[in-house]
This record gives sequence, structure tokens and C-alpha cells, in this order.
Amino acid sequence: MNKRATIGGQSIGVTRVIKIWLIQHAQAFVFSLGQMSKNPMGSFLTIAVIGISLSLPAGFYLLLDNAQRITASWSGAAQITLFLKLETDDQHVHRLSEKLQQHVDIDTIVIIDRHQALTEFKQISGFGEALAALDTNPLPAVLLLQPTSNVISSGRGEQLIKSLHDMPEVDIAQFDRQWAKRLFTIIEVFQRAVFMLSALLAIAVLLIVGNTIRLAIYSRHVEIEINKLFGATNSFIQRPFLYSGLIHGFCGSIMAWFLLVVSLLLLEAPVMRLTGLYYSNFRLAGLSGNESLILIGSGALLGLAGSWLAVQRHLKVIEPV
Amino acid sequence: MIRFTDVYMRYQTGNDALKRLNLHVEQGAMAYVTGRSGAGKSTLLQIIALIKRHTRGQIIVNGQNLDRVTGNRIPLFRRNIGFTFQDHRLLNDRSVFDNVALPLVIAGYRYQEIHKRVRASLDKVGLLSRENTRPMSLSSGEQQRVGIARAVVHRPALLLADEPTGNLDPALSWEIMKLFERFNQVGVTVLIASHDLDMIKKMKKRIITLKEGCLLTHIGNTLQE
Repeated sequence: MNKRATIGGQSIGVTRVIKIWLIQHAQAFVFSLGQMSKNPMGSFLTIAVIGISLSLPAGFYLLLDNAQRITASWSGAAQITLFLKLETDDQHVHRLSEKLQQHVDIDTIVIIDRHQALTEFKQISGFGEALAALDTNPLPAVLLLQPTSNVISSGRGEQLIKSLHDMPEVDIAQFDRQWAKRLFTIIEVFQRAVFMLSALLAIAVLLIVGNTIRLAIYSRHVEIEINKLFGATNSFIQRPFLYSGLIHGFCGSIMAWFLLVVSLLLLEAPVMRLTGLYYSNFRLAGLSGNESLILIGSGALLGLAGSWLAVQRHLKVIEPV
Repeated sequence: MIRFTDVYMRYQTGNDALKRLNLHVEQGAMAYVTGRSGAGKSTLLQIIALIKRHTRGQIIVNGQNLDRVTGNRIPLFRRNIGFTFQDHRLLNDRSVFDNVALPLVIAGYRYQEIHKRVRASLDKVGLLSRENTRPMSLSSGEQQRVGIARAVVHRPALLLADEPTGNLDPALSWEIMKLFERFNQVGVTVLIASHDLDMIKKMKKRIITLKEGCLLTHIGNTLQE
């Protein structure tokens, strides 16, 4: 039996079919690369747009990630101030402090007794003269509690405050949570915003790739027609376009990754200087290996999806069927 | 090879391109389809290659009823047909070699096999030395020959040529027609649409004349001037 009969007809072995399939995939891949190299400027522009579109949400994600790491190391922000009742004497205050020290959720305690409080207040407020006129010290003793770092993040802060408030010696238990709460809410808002931005930019990538592929389909109209006339299947015709989308997406996400690395390098020194001013040894975190893979993988997938959409829409209308 | 039984082809506008056409072309034959512009010559070829669909009647090509060739079967059906065009339709972004290789690449041949067959095909049309040039730099006659090489490289059972000599001078046209004859002699069924009556008559092959979509005359091989 000659070659024509085996390939044109029905009787071909499974391994031969798989071989043909692999060969054609390799051909389509190389062909798409060739097409891209024939139009380097256009390909580069598409890749650059994809790169920038992907680097924005990824960059915001990094920013948030770093912000969260900062706030996590800022357990000091969530200090609890215990205003003790006026009648509590110094001895009592110390005993209370020792007792609280045993509490699992409390890290360190600073005691400001009534005397200290008064001196401090005199210094800071400038009401020294007026206070001297009083015969009793109007200020209560204060305990500054530093909760362990996981208390806030795990949401047990409220509970701790309540249990402290219920102690007989305590007048007011105040959590410095107002601004901490605000900060966390702001971060949440940003998280939501980054999520929406990512969704929008993902759609943008789909549209960009879709449009690039659409233009490619139209500019290669004649070629597609000829291919169809000489017996090309739809998958044969689609393949180079799908590869092209995949390659654009892949290169775009590599570019996004590169942009992020460069921006982080540029930001590193100023951030170090800034955190140095806060006596912190905080360092900017870049994308981890997994995160990089997710970025590149999703870029490639978006490229593939965009070209798939374009191919479904535009390839079908080219005659002959 | 080709049998038309009461075939109609009606456009959506209501115009009939072919009206009740009955036709038979035997395997291994060579025939010309002629008639004025708009008589349905191209439509006839396009229906055989499934570029257009007939609306009524039965067509059997290469043993297959065209009504049953749909969807995924269309590409496989077309792989047994070679097609050439008046405007060549070569791809100018690649070499002559790559143009001719196209049907083989589509069918999934190995590179070595492609190389061998493309060169053999180009040799037959006398353009082996031009395999690395771009079609744009060839003359119109040479481009038509590249188109023919492409149409026969996958050794189709049926070769359809739509106005292959439309843009050529008589000498070149004659050469092209002789080329088709050579392929016919090795067993390929050849159907050529042409309005170049003088040339056709000189070839002394069967002539199918269409007029407004109907079969006008059906002249056999024995026709003499």
C-alpha cells in the first residue's frame, strides 16, 4: 500500500496518528514563532501591553503583601491601656501586674503608677501650676499591656479587652484598636480593589490578545482559505493562532515578572532607609517561586483563552467551510 | 469519478447558478468546462471541491456522495483533490518550496518525505531551480506552474483547474495545458474550467459547455474541428 492510501484513507495506526499530531503541534509552534518574528514590533507591543497589564495587579498584590507583613510585625500598635480605679494603691498595682504577666495573651507590661503619671502629665500638659494647687492626685495608675502578636490577628482582641474590663481593679480597658481597625479596614478595601483591578486587567489581556489574533486572522485570510482548500482541518488552522496567543501571554507575563523585579530593586534602597528610620529591619518581599509560577501560568492561560475566543469568532466566517 | 444527477445550485437571492445538471466524467478522463462568464464554470468546480454546496440533486465524487461529506469529513475529502486558481493564490510570505509543500504539511507528512515530493513536483513543472525564491519574483506563467505543482504534490485523484490560462499568452497557455495533459496521462482525472475555446479545441479533449447554469453541449473525445 502506498503512502497516499495510508494517509488520505482511514487505515492509519494509532501511533502514526499520535506522531502526526505531535509533528503538527511542533510545526504550529515553530510557525507561530516565525510569524511573530516577521512582525517583531507588533509582537513586542502586544507583549508589552500584556506585561504592563499583568504587572499592575501583581505589583499591587506585592504592595499589599508587604503591608500585611509590616502590620503583622507591628504588634506594638495594638497596645492595651488599663486605667485602674483611683483607690487602687501602688502595691495593689504591682500585684495586679504580676498576675497579668501570667496571662497567655499578654507579652509585656509597663506600669505607670499615679505618681509617675502626674509627673509626666505636668511635664507634657503644661498645667503644672494648676495641678500643684490640687491637694490630691487626680490621675489613676495605668498599665500598658502588650498583647502577644497573634491575639489581634486571630480576632481574640475583643475577648481580652472584655476579660480585663471585668477585673475589679480596672476602671477602663482601652484597646488602641481604633486606628488598628482602620488600618486593617483600609487594607481590606485595597485588597478588594486589587481583586477588581486584577479581574479588569485580566479581561484587558483577553481583549488585547483577542484583538491581536483577530488582526492576524484577517491578515492571513488568504492563507487560511488555501489551507482549507487543501484539506486542513479546523484544528490544524487554529493551532498556530492558539500557540501565538499562548506565546504572547507567556512572554507578556515574563515581562510583567521582570518589571516587578526591577521595580522592587529600585524600591529596595529607599524602603530600607525608611524602615531604618523606624528602627525596623523590614525588607521588601518579592514574588515567591510559586507566586511567580502563578503569574506566568495565568498570563499564558489568558493569552490562550484570548486567542481561543478570537479564533472561535473569526475563523468560522472565513469561506470555504 | 464525477457524476452529477439533476443538480441544482440556487443562491439565497433566488438566482440559479446551476439548473438540472447531469454530468459524468470517468476516472482518468480529462475534460474542459467552458461557457461565458457567469455560465457556472467556476461554480461547478467549487461544488466539486465543496467550496460551495449544491441545493438539490445528487453528486458522487470519487465514490463519495457529497451530501454525506460534512463537518470533519470535508478536509479529508479535499485531500484527494488538487485545485489551481486563475490568480494562483500563492502565499507571498514564503518560498516556492514552502508553497508547494503546503498540502503535505496539512496531511502531516514527515519532512524527508515532504522534501522528496516537493522537489519531484517542482521538477515536473520545470521550476526546481526556483524552489527558494518567493512567488512574487516569478512571472505569471511560472506562478501558475507553482500552483500546479502545489495542486499535484499530494498525488490527488482529481485535479480541478479554474481558468489556469486566464492571464497567459497563447504560447504559455499551451505549455500549461500540455502540463495538465501529462498529469492526466499518469492517471489523474483533470477537469479544467476555461473560456479559451480556441485552445480547448486544439487539445482535442472532451468539452462540457455551460450556458446560464444548464448543460448546452456535451462533446465527446471524438470531436474534430
